[in-house]
Amino acid sequence: MSLLQVRGVSKHFGKLVAVNDVSMTVEPGELRAVIGPNGAGKTTFFNLISGFFPPTAGTIVFDGQDITKLAEHQRVKRGMARTFQITEIFPELTVRENLRVPVEVAAGKRLAPWMTRATQARMRERVEELVEMGGLGGKGDRLVGELSHGDQRATEIMMSLALKPRLLLLDEPTAGMGDQETYNITRLIRRLHRDQKLTIVLIEHDMRVIFHLADRIMVLAEGALLAEGTPDQIASDERVQAAYLGKAA
Amino acid sequence: MTALRGRTSTIAVWIVLLSMPLWMGALGGYTELASRVVVLGLAAMALNFLLGFTGVLSFGHAAYFGLGAYGVGMTIKYLQPSTPLGILVGVVTGTLAAAVIGALIAKRRGVYFAMVTIAFGQVFYFIAFRWNSVTGGDDGLNNWRRQAIDFGIAKLDITNDVTFYYFALIVFALSAAAMGLLIKSPFGRTLIAIRENERRARFLGIPVEQHIWLSFVISCFFVSLAGTLFALLSNFTDPRALRWDQSGNFVIMAVLGGMRSFWGPLIGAAIFVVLQDYVSSHTENWMSFIGLFFMAVVLFFPRGILGIVKRRLAS
Repeated sequence: MSLLQVRGVSKHFGKLVAVNDVSMTVEPGELRAVIGPNGAGKTTFFNLISGFFPPTAGTIVFDGQDITKLAEHQRVKRGMARTFQITEIFPELTVRENLRVPVEVAAGKRLAPWMTRATQARMRERVEELVEMGGLGGKGDRLVGELSHGDQRATEIMMSLALKPRLLLLDEPTAGMGDQETYNITRLIRRLHRDQKLTIVLIEHDMRVIFHLADRIMVLAEGALLAEGTPDQIASDERVQAAYLGKAA
Repeated sequence: MTALRGRTSTIAVWIVLLSMPLWMGALGGYTELASRVVVLGLAAMALNFLLGFTGVLSFGHAAYFGLGAYGVGMTIKYLQPSTPLGILVGVVTGTLAAAVIGALIAKRRGVYFAMVTIAFGQVFYFIAFRWNSVTGGDDGLNNWRRQAIDFGIAKLDITNDVTFYYFALIVFALSAAAMGLLIKSPFGRTLIAIRENERRARFLGIPVEQHIWLSFVISCFFVSLAGTLFALLSNFTDPRALRWDQSGNFVIMAVLGGMRSFWGPLIGAAIFVVLQDYVSSHTENWMSFIGLFFMAVVLFFPRGILGIVKRRLAS
């Protein structure tokens, strides 16, 4: 069964149609890239999936259940986690404190006024695991706001991962990064996909990253689905080339 | 390092609080002044649970403070001359009102939240002000006194000023411990997460409205407890206890002392109470001096008095 089925979703902001009747099906274990020129509606599409705002039309089915009307935190509970185009972290907290929050939420402790020593130890252990996995060893007690852009991104991805999601949504994970940082994040994403069998949907502009990672690519232009296929199919698609060169398709 | 400094400041605070009635007189103060520091300190720390540790500004906490005050006063005056029952009624009334109003406003943010809290606060003020026959109206609720607490085997005579101080201090200690533990709990960390970045918190699976509501109710629970002590302290309460400027005073105390530090609001309350007492014996316009002092702190020491002390110690 497909993990995520987006069926004909649209989003209107007044007269502006940001997303127009877009459908997408993501299989478990797949890594799907969503690309498109600026203003194509990619982030709006993500916001619809993750519950940032409700769609004007269409339905979203996650793991066989209609989640169209669920709030963000309820989607998280069902196994959906996301990162943002502009990194959303807790800048004045340390890396460990940043990770501690989602680790405890995932353990169902968000309302707990108290924890046993054993549970506390388990939470700390999980935080350490994530620090290591994210390549943040040695930076655990640094304030996240003081870290490099790449390390902030890694922290944000690990925070999402701390929720033990079944679907990870990454909005331009390498935006604004240098070559080395892009390489590191790409490697991290690939490890999560290959080793943890995590299903990932990502928006990306860097074509090297996309062709390196994606199983399938979906192209949006002016809010509508332009093309979908394997990286090779997309690379040779004339409509896609036209859209990127700015010509009318 | 920070843990050690935190412990040092906690020990220092307790030494001062425990010995206050002993030296207050020598410095020209009196026991009631010490009690007022502790009681208003509790109110400011309660407000700061919401302001400093959840990042939500309420300008209407006096409503729950006042409900606590009227709750205890009216219980002793009309119902039964029992201090514990009065405290219970005051706290339950304040907390229930906060639970209902909190549910209505938990979706508001920033200045809108602050405005709505003022509006609801003023509702209670006008009720206390107008309902002469029950609340005593503008003259306040008088002709009642705090009663000694009977524990069966022994009696705690809190009608004595010094005994009342230590009684208030015990309530303060238990409340501070409870708030301190909550802030360091997983629930407390979700509140700090909301303060730091609400969007991130939401997408980490935290139902933000629910957590803000809880934080508001917990904060109002402790503020109404402080309200009951405040009324017991002076054997009196009047509508000013629930007016918006009282809410403003709590915010001033928290910001003055440092809203990012746990003990900051207590320091702020101490400065406020002492300044008020000292300056008001010289001029009626004591609030202008507090205002000037407050502006100086906000402009030059945005982290509050305790924030500055901490930075000095760190460097």
